[in-house]
Amino acid sequence: MDAVVVRDLVVERGRRGVLHGLGFAIPTGQLTGLLGPSGSGKSTLMRALVGVQRVRSGEVTVLGEPAGSPGLRRRVGYVTQAPSVYGDLTVRENVRYFAALYGRGAREADAAVADVGLAEAAHQLVDDLSGGQRGRASLACALVGEPELLVLDEPTVGLDPVLRAELWARFAALAAAGTTLVVSSHVMDEARRCDRLLLLRDGDLLADTTPARLRADGGSPDLEEAFLALVRASAGVPA
Amino acid sequence: MTAATAGRVLRQLRHDPRTIAMMLAVPGLLLGLLYLLWKDLPTPPGQVGVFDRVGLTMLGIFPFVVMFLVTSIAMLRERTSGTLERLLTTPLSRPALLLGYGIAFGLAAALQAVVTVAVATTLYDLTVAGSLALVVLIAVVDAILGVALGLLASAFARSEFQAVQFMPVIVLPQFFLCGLLAPREQMAGWLQAVSDVLPLTYAVDALQEVGRSSEVTGRIWLDLAAVAGTAVLALALAAGTLRRRTS
Ligand SMILES: Nc1ncnc2c1ncn2[C@@H]1O[C@H](COP(=O)(O)OP(=O)(O)OP(=O)(O)O)[C@@H](O)[C@H]1O
Ligand SMILES: [Mg+2]
Repeated sequence: MDAVVVRDLVVERGRRGVLHGLGFAIPTGQLTGLLGPSGSGKSTLMRALVGVQRVRSGEVTVLGEPAGSPGLRRRVGYVTQAPSVYGDLTVRENVRYFAALYGRGAREADAAVADVGLAEAAHQLVDDLSGGQRGRASLACALVGEPELLVLDEPTVGLDPVLRAELWARFAALAAAGTTLVVSSHVMDEARRCDRLLLLRDGDLLADTTPARLRADGGSPDLEEAFLALVRASAGVPA
Repeated sequence: MTAATAGRVLRQLRHDPRTIAMMLAVPGLLLGLLYLLWKDLPTPPGQVGVFDRVGLTMLGIFPFVVMFLVTSIAMLRERTSGTLERLLTTPLSRPALLLGYGIAFGLAAALQAVVTVAVATTLYDLTVAGSLALVVLIAVVDAILGVALGLLASAFARSEFQAVQFMPVIVLPQFFLCGLLAPREQMAGWLQAVSDVLPLTYAVDALQEVGRSSEVTGRIWLDLAAVAGTAVLALALAAGTLRRRTS
């Protein structure tokens, strides 16, 4: 069954069209990368998936229910692009609070803190953390709910290569265990870690593909090159 | 989830000891200033002294003002930091969130009221005919009114600058018209009508009643019900301003 089905999704923000009729489906248990340049509409699409974005028209179905249904709040986890955690609480207090909202206990909260590599910093105030640590604290607050669908907006920004690899390994493990993940990034290098790629450009779906297929279609072993080739081809410019 | 939210708000407060210290000490210090101001003023026989009248009223006004400010800033921070949007994607319901705030700041206000009442009655010889527990109860209900109006006001503020300016707008008219600065019976008719619909009027009336009579009169409960009812109404309106979907 598909975890997410999007049909003819049109979103306007301010007076501008941001998404122009997107359609795609995401099967359960896949790690899907949402890639595209800054301003292409990645965050807007993710907001539509979790049901906080007002949409003009179209349908977004998540785990069999319309996006944003009350029943989904337990089953969908969302991490915003800017870390949204309480700066005047410690990492552990933040995660324990969100754990309580999802009906989980202190043990699960501590495990989630350890999962994002913050066990050492658990007693630090979030305001006193580095930018990358803050993002991970925000991530832990979503992981602790063990949702069926995780929507992560650029969770690896500002992280060093080691941590980034660790987090992607963790995402892959979650997907292997049956969780559906939608992860946005504008670093094409991260695309190779995904099962599936949605490439967004100016609010249109440029491609619904896989890393292997993107390399073949773009005629380059380098995903960034391949993506650029695809962009040029779609704009009618010879590669 | 309400309890978890109240606990979280109190934990945030605990990480800010200076705010706690000010919350607990400032009302007592200000009352001390009023006490010194009126200490040597003669009281005509058979009348309540100025300090006994005004000081007692202040016990209801401080928590209202302080909690209004604290809550509107706290809620504005939830909105601007993105935590509110995130909370609205979790199973936490909107009433549970607002109730959590109400309980947390209500508890803080109870502590503040106990300290201030203790200071006022021991150090400044504030005399109250009725029960001091009732004074604390009225102070807590006033604080919850402040919380509720603060939550509501924060929906109309886009920055901290705007949020603090709502304080004079919401609080001062109620203070001017509550009967403390001029007896309500002597106000122009229309002002009295305005005063009749402002919740602080009833809070002040309840306190005056406790100050006058050693019995718990029905009027006190009616006054308290008016204040609490307004608080519930404001909380319901505030819940309506929390939009799950935004553009
Ligand atoms: N609150 C808003 N009001 C009006 N327009 C907005 C708002 N937020 C975003 N937009 C516009 O919507 C478009 C898509 O923005 P979005 O945040 O979805 O992009 P993005 O792909 O996530 O970019 P980035 O990689 O920089 O995060 C942009 O052109 C942006 O200017
Ligand atoms: Mg974005």
